[in-house]
Amino acid sequence: MSIRARFQRFRTEMQPRMKELRFTLKLVRKSPLSMIGSGVILFFVILGALAPVLAPPGDMSQAGDPFMMPKDGIKLIPQPPSPKHPFGTMEGQYDIYYGCIWGTLTAFRIGLSVIGGSLIIGLVIGILAGYYGGWIDELLMRFTDIILAFPGLILAMALVVVLVPLGIERLDAVMLAMVLVGWPGYSRLIRGEILRVKNEDYVEAAKSVGCSDLRIISRHVLPNSVYSVLIVSTLDIGTMVLFAAALSFLGLGAKPGYSDWGQIISLSRNWIYGSPQNPYQYWYTFIIPGLFISFFVLGWNLLGDALRDIFDPTLRRK
Amino acid sequence: MGLRTYVIRRLLLSIPVLFGAVLLIFAVVQFLPIGLRATLFIQDPRQVRFIDQIIAEHGLDQPVYVQFYYWLRAVLVEQNLGLDRNAEPVFNAMMARLPATVEIVMFASPLIVLVGLYLGVLSGANKDKLVDHGSRILAIMGTSLPSFWFGIVLLSIFYAGLGWFPPSRWGQEVNKFITAPNTTWTWYTRLITIDSLINGEYWIFVDGIRHLVLPVTILTLLNSAVIVRVTRSSMLESLGKDYITAAKAKGLSKREVVNRHARRNALIPAITISGLMIASLFTGVTITETVFNMGGIGQYAAESARVLDIPPVIGYTLLSAVAFVLSNLVVDILYAYVDPRIRLG
Repeated sequence: MSIRARFQRFRTEMQPRMKELRFTLKLVRKSPLSMIGSGVILFFVILGALAPVLAPPGDMSQAGDPFMMPKDGIKLIPQPPSPKHPFGTMEGQYDIYYGCIWGTLTAFRIGLSVIGGSLIIGLVIGILAGYYGGWIDELLMRFTDIILAFPGLILAMALVVVLVPLGIERLDAVMLAMVLVGWPGYSRLIRGEILRVKNEDYVEAAKSVGCSDLRIISRHVLPNSVYSVLIVSTLDIGTMVLFAAALSFLGLGAKPGYSDWGQIISLSRNWIYGSPQNPYQYWYTFIIPGLFISFFVLGWNLLGDALRDIFDPTLRRK
Repeated sequence: MGLRTYVIRRLLLSIPVLFGAVLLIFAVVQFLPIGLRATLFIQDPRQVRFIDQIIAEHGLDQPVYVQFYYWLRAVLVEQNLGLDRNAEPVFNAMMARLPATVEIVMFASPLIVLVGLYLGVLSGANKDKLVDHGSRILAIMGTSLPSFWFGIVLLSIFYAGLGWFPPSRWGQEVNKFITAPNTTWTWYTRLITIDSLINGEYWIFVDGIRHLVLPVTILTLLNSAVIVRVTRSSMLESLGKDYITAAKAKGLSKREVVNRHARRNALIPAITISGLMIASLFTGVTITETVFNMGGIGQYAAESARVLDIPPVIGYTLLSAVAFVLSNLVVDILYAYVDPRIRLG
């Protein structure tokens, strides 16, 4: 087949999917909350992409790692915003502005890696359990039950405490722990979706003409079941960033001085009472990074809420 | 299936999950080097010198299943969860801090449920009105605001700024009073708000409440959001049913339709989620406890985790898994009791 014919065929095949996509985008545009959410997310994407321009690295104290916040001196007490440090400096003279800007990239990195990792494990387990059923299903689902028997934050905490002494870098340990805690929810969702389409006529037809399991799963089952789950799951990035920030606040985050919103707030804890003359003296150490986290999570949650309704087949065409 | 059969079946089903959870913790601990694992068995700081003896005694050099047996026996029979960095047995340390956690949950859970159900019903009955938008915004805020940051902001305003609601469990004067050598104070339940009433020291009660206001407020704002969401959607579903149309056709007022017909049916899923919420609150307070320095069991685990003190973290994880599974069991049984369709289905 010529390339041109192949392309034509691809276009014809994609036709219904493109139509659905256009319909989805139309629904998104009609929902004000999701538009606000998208706007906020877009803002953070631009902020992250422009980080090297907005906060150029290269300070001596960073030792060549752009994610380390530059340090201006060794004084302990935070310094208020000034032209040199637009958001002030935190405990140990780390520049808060730099930390907040580069923290955006850290947030995306944490969110995307954790969701990606959890989805991959969730997909494999969910497909195996849902498609093959029987004892494989029983075994895998009982295993997910066991992980779901733990409160997520606590299990993640325990995993980090065990992973760090093994010599894994702190932020990696946090992300790994979150993946290990996060996948069971997705595997359940995916399994459910696969069970829904597994006995449809077109799957039976594919089986009867002798397609391999791999082909049936990738060409027939997955496209008709999990794509919407995958899209909606991506929007859990906000929740994951919140989760990581909470761990970071408990002292289980990136190494000291790393641009991470949760850590900046964690290090501001000694300064929240200000001084006797001015109780709000050090407001900038926690208000500003807190706003960054809150808006980031809010953006993803707003879009996620709206998309969940949009992708819900019972509500979609009402 | 009768209720009894259902309860027994559900009990039996939760045993493998519980066992699996314990096994999982054991497996996680197995990743640690042997010397670190031995510290999980230490009950007395003097034992540190006899690490090799502990390794032999608890079979840490034996095959994995033997080790599992030894460990399980130590945990179940002797309640031996090891020693924390202050040379205190982890089990005792956790039990000493449990009342602080119970006290927060005791005040927060009724508030969470009432606020959640009330706002949920209200916004479901007034879809797309001002109340509805308001409570939806609250719900989204509840899931988006970092609780620790929110706590810090409240502390900065209401303690540092206004001096109304201090952190920690009680003030210095209370501490002086209850730890004085000739004190008349007696502990009964270890809950400061209840014991102060029994002791007749009302000023201590007031002090205890003042210390509880901020953590309870945060927990209510952040956790009722989930209940609002579930109640709202089940209210909407219930309002779309035929019996509502019938009730309206009879000429009942909107108030009566909502209160007598829609609400009753909408509350069943809402109550389940409330039960689960309270169950998860015991561990969900970890961050709030830490922010407000309430001295609870979650704070103990979190502070141990910060310095990589493993035994308390493992002990707490174990305890919380058991508590979580058992409370889910209780919720399920209650639910089956309330709704016969569950046990018959």
